[in-house]
Amino acid sequence: MSKAAIVPAAGEEPIFRPGDRIRVADRAPIGHYRVPTYLRGKTGLVEAVIEPTLVDNEEEGYGRNAGSRRHYYRVAFAMTELWPNYRGSARDGLRIEVFESWLARA
Amino acid sequence: MSGADHHHDHHDHAEIGASGRPGYYDMLETAVRELLVEKKLIGPDEIRRQIEVLDSRTPALGAKVVARAWVDRDFRARLLADGRAACEREFGITFYDDTELIVLENTEKVHNLIVCTLCSCYPRPVLGLPPDWYKLKPYRARAVSEPRAVLAEFGTILPDDVEVRVSDSTAVVRYLVLPMRPKGTEHYTEEQLAAVVTRDTMIGVVPVGIPSERAAS
Repeated sequence: MSKAAIVPAAGEEPIFRPGDRIRVADRAPIGHYRVPTYLRGKTGLVEAVIEPTLVDNEEEGYGRNAGSRRHYYRVAFAMTELWPNYRGSARDGLRIEVFESWLARA
Repeated sequence: MSGADHHHDHHDHAEIGASGRPGYYDMLETAVRELLVEKKLIGPDEIRRQIEVLDSRTPALGAKVVARAWVDRDFRARLLADGRAACEREFGITFYDDTELIVLENTEKVHNLIVCTLCSCYPRPVLGLPPDWYKLKPYRARAVSEPRAVLAEFGTILPDDVEVRVSDSTAVVRYLVLPMRPKGTEHYTEEQLAAVVTRDTMIGVVPVGIPSERAAS
């Protein structure tokens, strides 16, 4: 059987790859969420896909574990992108893990 | 002073005891804990057991992992590829909280610092409980916005050509900094190396020093 015959389910494959430019959603949901405010709307680079998928703790916080496994990414941001008045080297950076549901291609 | 020499037949220090009313959060914790036990959701023995689990985790575990990574190139590669698996398989350090571990290697060009801006995520399985300052808002806010100023307050002043890389823990991933092996330790045994690795070096606020350096500074 050829490999092409296998169709992955929706959400089974990660949308982003290392090196992709992403933007963090700028929203403020009510409830439990794990994306710090300082990241909202900021642009960064996907550094790694964290495998395997993990239960999104924004759902886990309400006990909705079933069906809540999400792709999760280690994302790199330049400090100068996060803080306009950043004092330090232009190469200084931040690394953080963000669930796919917060990311869009930039 | 040895324990045998210390007699407690004098009373030149205050008696140790609880004084004053418990705070709001102390009462909240007690109320929730008693409710959970009363409703048989958890047993008192489970709480005691979890405290034992936490008490068994100290920076000495992380120091052993770091020392091994310094002397064993293959282990270092495995540790950097999958921190949790390397700690579990080769040191028996279990990840009772089901977190993952990313080990961040400091080099001549990159200095890593860890923080949890949202709360107090910390590699407890390998380091035990975090220091109080790690959980306080000034460290959490400033580590991500002005890390060089924070590092300088710990006495760590980095040149501009060293990249400062801050890792902010938000969910199920924890970090451990693999500090640089200090010069002058080429003849150290793995055990001697572990003895110079401190908690703060694995958070990334200071580099590892060796005793002669400390005495000189």
